[in-house]
Formats: sequence, structure tokens, C-alpha cells
Amino acid sequence: MRVSLFITCYNDTLFPNTGKAVVRVLERLGHSVDFPKGQTCCGQMHYNTGYQTEAMPLLERFVEQFRQSEVVVVPSSSCVAMMRDHYPLMATQIARKNGRTELVREVEALLPRIYEFSEFLTQKLGLEDVGAYFPHRVTYHASCHGLRNLQLGDGPKQLLQNVRGIDLVPLIGLEQCCGFGGTFAIKNADVSSAMLAEKLDGVLNTQAEVCTACDNSCLMHIQGALHRQQTGVRTLHLAEILASDEAGMQ
Amino acid sequence: MESSAPSPSREVVLSRIRAALSPQKDALPSAEASWLEIPRGYVSSGDLPATAILELLTDRLRDYDVQVLHAGRSGVTHAVAKLLTARRADTMLIPAGFPQILLPEGFTYILDEELLPTLLDGCSGIITTCTLAIAETGTIVLQNAPGQGRRAASLVPDYHLCIIEAEQVVATVPEGIRALLPTAKLPTTFISGPSATADIEMTRIKGVHGPRFLDVILIA
Amino acid sequence: MSRHALDPRTAATFPIAAHALLGDSQLRSNVRHATDVIQNKRGMVVDEMPDWQELRESGKRLREHTMQHLDFYLEQFERNCIAAGGVVHWARDAEEARTIVVKLAKAANASEVIKIKSMTTEEIFLNPALSAAGIVPFETDLAELIIQLGGDQPSHIVVPALHKNRQQIRDLFMREMNLPELGHTPEALADAARLYLRHKFLTVPTAVSGANFLIAETGGVCVVESEGNGRMCLTLPETLITIAGIDKVIPRFQDLEVLLQLLPRSATGERMNPYNSIWTGVYPGDGPKNFHVVLLDNARTEILADTEGRQTLHCIRCGACQNACPVYRQTGGHAYGSVYAGPIGAILTPQLQQMHHAQSLPYASSLCGACYEVCPVKINIPEVLIHLRNKVVVQNGPITPEALAMRTMASIFRSERRFRAAQRLGRIAELPLVRKDARGVGWISWLPGPLGGWTQVRDLQAMPNQTFRDWFENRATPEGGGDGV
Repeated sequence: MRVSLFITCYNDTLFPNTGKAVVRVLERLGHSVDFPKGQTCCGQMHYNTGYQTEAMPLLERFVEQFRQSEVVVVPSSSCVAMMRDHYPLMATQIARKNGRTELVREVEALLPRIYEFSEFLTQKLGLEDVGAYFPHRVTYHASCHGLRNLQLGDGPKQLLQNVRGIDLVPLIGLEQCCGFGGTFAIKNADVSSAMLAEKLDGVLNTQAEVCTACDNSCLMHIQGALHRQQTGVRTLHLAEILASDEAGMQ
Repeated sequence: MESSAPSPSREVVLSRIRAALSPQKDALPSAEASWLEIPRGYVSSGDLPATAILELLTDRLRDYDVQVLHAGRSGVTHAVAKLLTARRADTMLIPAGFPQILLPEGFTYILDEELLPTLLDGCSGIITTCTLAIAETGTIVLQNAPGQGRRAASLVPDYHLCIIEAEQVVATVPEGIRALLPTAKLPTTFISGPSATADIEMTRIKGVHGPRFLDVILIA
Repeated sequence: MSRHALDPRTAATFPIAAHALLGDSQLRSNVRHATDVIQNKRGMVVDEMPDWQELRESGKRLREHTMQHLDFYLEQFERNCIAAGGVVHWARDAEEARTIVVKLAKAANASEVIKIKSMTTEEIFLNPALSAAGIVPFETDLAELIIQLGGDQPSHIVVPALHKNRQQIRDLFMREMNLPELGHTPEALADAARLYLRHKFLTVPTAVSGANFLIAETGGVCVVESEGNGRMCLTLPETLITIAGIDKVIPRFQDLEVLLQLLPRSATGERMNPYNSIWTGVYPGDGPKNFHVVLLDNARTEILADTEGRQTLHCIRCGACQNACPVYRQTGGHAYGSVYAGPIGAILTPQLQQMHHAQSLPYASSLCGACYEVCPVKINIPEVLIHLRNKVVVQNGPITPEALAMRTMASIFRSERRFRAAQRLGRIAELPLVRKDARGVGWISWLPGPLGGWTQVRDLQAMPNQTFRDWFENRATPEGGGDGV
């Protein structure tokens, strides 16, 4: 399969290793990856903060970039949720404003071809074992958008369970929000920190070396505190664990 | 009683509503027709046999710390006597229309003829029948009907003894609600255990203002 | 805590209020405990329902249908209530509602009234209006009694005094009820409340209540409660005044079969709450001789007119969203500056204020969606939050610092060239703030201005030297692989 990668604006800038890992996993599984080079951002930050008008052109750009793709993989469940939950209505609003009615159809046609990374592996490819090796103690945090909006269910955990050498420990309160919430982390920094403190508590109680999730937004937030508190615990995106094998360890 | 003369506020609020709904409203079918379109995929009637329904009701009532005695028709009077003795209840209120033949001798009964609240407070308790009971939730439904009394009478005394016939027990809430439709306008009380609050540290405390003691005789 | 602290027109913004409350460890502990308990109970009684999702769907469609025909059902309710001997009044806003209630209480020669808990009466600030008119209101719900005696404010829809533990309540009762001694158990405290209030129930002839549901088909009113004080207030007095938002109406008696399953399980984690009272107008010999219903608009029609905000009116006031909310869990209800707190408060309060106040509330959420998951009538609260954020942004206009920053970022995202340039620029700009750790990884521990909120408790990893797209574009073509290059 030829997979188009939508890396997302923040992964491209801050977490290129996640993208590299996605490429590594997909190529290891025998697929090829292309990267529409004009891609930028899905518009979630703007849309969720109340700047719906500013998000509209970003939808149009995204559709233009990925219109021809056989399949689109995104290592960020919140971005996929943005598209599934809001792109249809946004497309209707754009169409009403400038008469581009075909945009609604394009979005409708494109959405079923867009997958969050873990759901691409488990649901599209039907895999639970992707040949990974990662001999470390790991705990998994269920990002809210992946859990509730995308209903990823046990998919990510199944992928992790099949990683050779892994010691996967359950996180108490894994379904509780970590407190990132996009601009919420800045606008309500105090409450965000309080929520983070509970999440950190849970992570440290597992005595895991690594905390993983499907979203680097959560992990950036969790890692920020893990590092500040000198805990020695690190975070890694699910893709990076799955990319790890005997040939190239993380 | 005031007539429903149109008041300015009434007209303002209704016209606001109509304005709020107007773009789509003309396209909609009538309220009656639309109501029938509401999907109701939930369980409306149980498929438990009658004995299981009674067992379920008993279980749920006992969960609420309600004492439940099973009795055959001929054993009711004896069961009443047993319960009243155990509760040390000497003066019991009796609603109008209650089948007095069920009442054992040796206790004092007062017919509720619109007694003042303070006099109600002086009774040990009240004995009533009921309209129906819902097994799934352990609910007893009382209405203002013969044998069940007015609402104040089953509220103020500290003890309520309720006599339920097996045929009056339904399994589910929808069955209960639908059975009440013919008498839906009567003053109605759903009782699911003695009164309770969870306002102090989320501990369920029984017995705040309603009757603190509730006994049931289930006639099978 | 002043009696008027929960006025959205004057309350502190959420971030400021939250900051103060986060420092109250007793409060936070009480809130965590209470919400954990209700959540667990709710989980158990919901899990045993094989048709829970069907009930939620019916609940949602029922409420949608009701709002679509709201005028029809309100008129039907009014007709049937009057035919049964009730009197129906309409109030455009809070002030009018207060005026009507005070007038009715005075007409009944009331020097005091007994009250059942009603968020609606709190919303319209009824108690101060009664007091000002020389009528003393007595709250009879245990939690509201606790709130009233303590000069406090409710912090949760269903368990208003959830922020207080037994010790605090005991101290309060001993002081305000003049009790030389009092047990420490919740049972002892409830007993004290029982004795204190019983006299009131048996003697005060005028009562004020809210309503859970107004039944259009019959003209009946339904009140859902636990303690029995509702039954007391609804049946013993001579005069009953019931205030209800126009969103409380339901089409038919049969619809109770859906709502009386959804509400108790969601609100208190019970299969059925202890008492539900349903009465229709006036019934000779049973209940009040004078019965009045005050139908309250107070901006509900504005919400109705907003097709995206309208679902806010579907709320049946169960409070499940508050128990599930990870933000509420940290702050409790007072941080929301309104009697409606938590997720529902974050969408209802600003809309009741017609977006003139409480603009910080739609942002008091990480959009995690836990509320939507538990809402018995499937209100998509995250969607409404985002919709209200848009309203706030539009209202604030295009020249705020945030709006300018957002437009700049949007402009960057609209162009590949500008995006890459911004990435390069960002790496340069952050350099002075970066410190390398022992492993040679760059971290930022301090960010200026509003961004400083991040670095309060978190470090920020420095931008890597190479973006993903740079790496992808510069790598050697992979060997093998799928459908060729």
C-alpha cells in the first residue's frame, strides 16, 4: 500500500522521531510512504480555541494536499478527531460561503481514508504484532481523543502487548485526562498542572521507565513534568516503541 | 382561580419561542406525529416469570433495609400483628377505604379523616395498600385511592406498613409508568426505600424526613 | 464565602477563582472523594442496564423533540394545570419571577416559607428577594440547610454541600442550632437536621419549590428527591409556589419511563431515588389548596434560538457531568462562579448571561469528552464549548493580542514557505532559553509572558535541529518497500 503521511504541525516541528518511527514501521511492514510536502496543520488549535474562521483555509489546504492519497496515516489522535468531528460541518460552512459545494463531497470521500496510526495498524491492516522489540517497563496513557472520539479501544494496548521483551504495566486512571487540552494548558495553567499531578502520580506508581500514548500533545505535557521533577522517566510515542527492534533500538 | 387571560409576559415568552423555532418549524410535522417518531429501543417489559418478579422485588426491598414478609391471603392478619408487635406500634393510622378485615385485634386504629399534621405526627405509623410495585427498582407506588390514603398520611408517621398483592407487581419502570396512565392525574408518590440522604460525605444515611421504618407484606 | 459570590455577573474569572480554590486541600479532598463515590455507584447501576445506550438515545430524541415544539407543550401544560385547579404565571426574566413569587407569598400572608432545593430559585436569587420583603426562607434539604446555616454557596447540582466533610458540618450545626452536644456520625447529623426541621414542616403554611418535570399531557408536576423534605413541602402547606424553567416541560406522562430511569442512575447512582412526587393542580383533601406555577424564561429562549447551543436546554440536571469532569475534580463547583458548575455550568451559565458574562467558562475545559460520555441525554458538551468559544472570540473582536497571534499563526499555516521559515525562526528565537541536560538534550525551563503558564511546572523540550520534513526529504530512498517510489 502507498501511505501518505500527515505528520501534523507539532510533530513535524517538535517530534520528528515520531514521524521517523512511523515511516520505519510502515516500511518494515512492506508499505511505502509518501509525504505531500505542502502539508502544514489540520486547524485544530484554531478551531478549538474559537477561531473557526481562521481554521477554514487550513481544511481546504489539507484536502488539497491529500485529495489524491490512497490512504492517509496520522500519528495524532486529536488531529484525526478534529477531522472526523468537525471537517464535515466546516466544509458545509465553507461551501455555503463561497459556493464550493464539491468540497463537501471531497471531505466525505477523504475521511474514510484517514487513519490514526494505531488504528491503521489494527483496523486497516488487521495487525496486532508489528515485529517490535523493546525490553523495557512501559505504561500506556489513553489520550482522550483517541479513547472517546476515535474509540480506539484496546487496539494500542494489543499492539504494545505483542512487543517482544516489553513489560507492560497498567496505569491506574489511564482514562483520566492528563490536563493538556491545547490552549487550556496555558489559559488554565493551574488546573492543568493539578490534573497533571494526578497523572504523574499514576505514572510514577507503575515504576515504568517509559510512559507512552498515541498523542505527543499529552506526552509533551507529561514529559514536561517528568523532566522538571527529575524522575528519570521518559515518554515515547507508541510509534517509536513499535519502530524499535533488534536492528534499531529506541 | 384566575382565568388564563393572556398576560403580556405570557405573550412575550411564547412569541420568543416561536421566533426561535420559526425557520425550521413550518417544515416540521405536528407535535403529536413527531412524538410517535421518537425511537424507543429500550426494554419496556421484562420476560421474567411471576415468581422471579416477586423475588426480585423482595431482594430490592431488602437492599433498602425494608422488612418483607410473604404471606398467603389467609395469613395477612397474622403477619400484620407480627410486624406491629415487633415495631411496638400501638396507634396505627388507617386510610379511608382500607380493607379493615385485614386488621388484627389488640391494636388501636385511627381512621384518617384529614387529621392535622401534628396529630398525624402522634401516630406510631400507617398501614396502606398500594397501586402497584416495580420489582427492578424496589419501588412502591401510592396514589390517592381507597386504602392508600392522602399523601400526608403516608409521610408524617415514622412507620409505614404497606400491603402489596402479587398481581400488583410489575417488573420494569416502563410497565409501571404505563400501568399508571389511567390514573396519572391523581396525587402520586413513588417510594423506593425509606428516606435517605447522601449529603454528608456521600454516606447513604437512611431516615431523614419521611418514614424511617418501612415494612412490606407481599401477598402471594 | 458571601451569599452573593455565585453571581456570574460579578464572579472572578475561572482561572482566578480556580487558583484560589486549588489551595484548599480539604475542599479538594472532599470533592475527589465525593465524585469518586458517585462515579463508582453510577458505573455499577449503569453497567447492569443492557439498554442504557437505547435509553440515552431516547432521552436525547425526546428532549430534542420537546424543544422543537416547546410552545405547543408549554401551552398544553398550562391548559391542563389550570383545568386541574392550578394557577400558571409567566416570567420573562429573573426579576419578574422574583416579583411574582414575593407577591404570591405576601398574598398568602407568609412571614416565612419552607423551600425545597431548587437550582432555579438560586439562579434567580430568590432568597434575598424574599428576605428583603420580610419573608424568611427556610431551606429544608439537608445540603441546602448546611449551605444556608453556613452562609455558603452550593457547589454541585445534586450534592450541593459536597465540599464539606462531617466535621465541618458538625461544627456548623452545633453553632447554628444551639446544640450543646452532637454525635460525629453522619447519622447523628442527619438526626439533628430532622428534629430541627420537623417543626417547620408541620406548621409553616407556605412552601416554594422547583420542579424536575412539568408534564404537558396531564398538567402534572414531578419532583424527584431523596430525603422526604420535598414531600413535606409539597403536601403539608396550604399554598405551594413552584418555579420552573420552561425547559422542564416534557410531552407525556409516559415519557417519565425514560427520564425516571436515566435520572436516578446518573445523579446518585441509584436504581431509583427514594421519593418521586407527582401531583396535578389542586386535589381536595390532599395537598395545598393554592397551587401556583411560575414558568421562567430568563434567556432560555435565547439559547433555544441558537441551533448549536440549543442542546444545552436538554439538561435534566443529573450532575453526572460534574462527577466525571477532571477539571471539576480539581476545583469543585465554586470556581465556576455560578450555581450551575462543571461542564453543564460551563455551557449553560454563559448562555443564560447571553454571553455578556462568564466568558472564561467555555475555556474551563480540556475538551476531554468525559462529560459527553456520561450525559444521560447525550448533550455534546465539548461541541457546545467550542461553539461558545467562537462566540467569545467574535465578541472580543479582531484586535486582541490573542486574535492577532492566532491570525499570524493561521497565516503561517496557510503557506508551506512561511511554515518552514517559522520553524527555522523558532529554533533561533528559542536559543537563549535553551539549556542542555546531562544527556545533551535541550530543555527550556522558563517562558515569558502568558506562555509562562507552561513552564510553571513543566519543562519544554527544545526544538530538534531537523524537522521531520527535512529528514524525510534528505534521506536516502528506502530499499524494497511497497508500490515502488
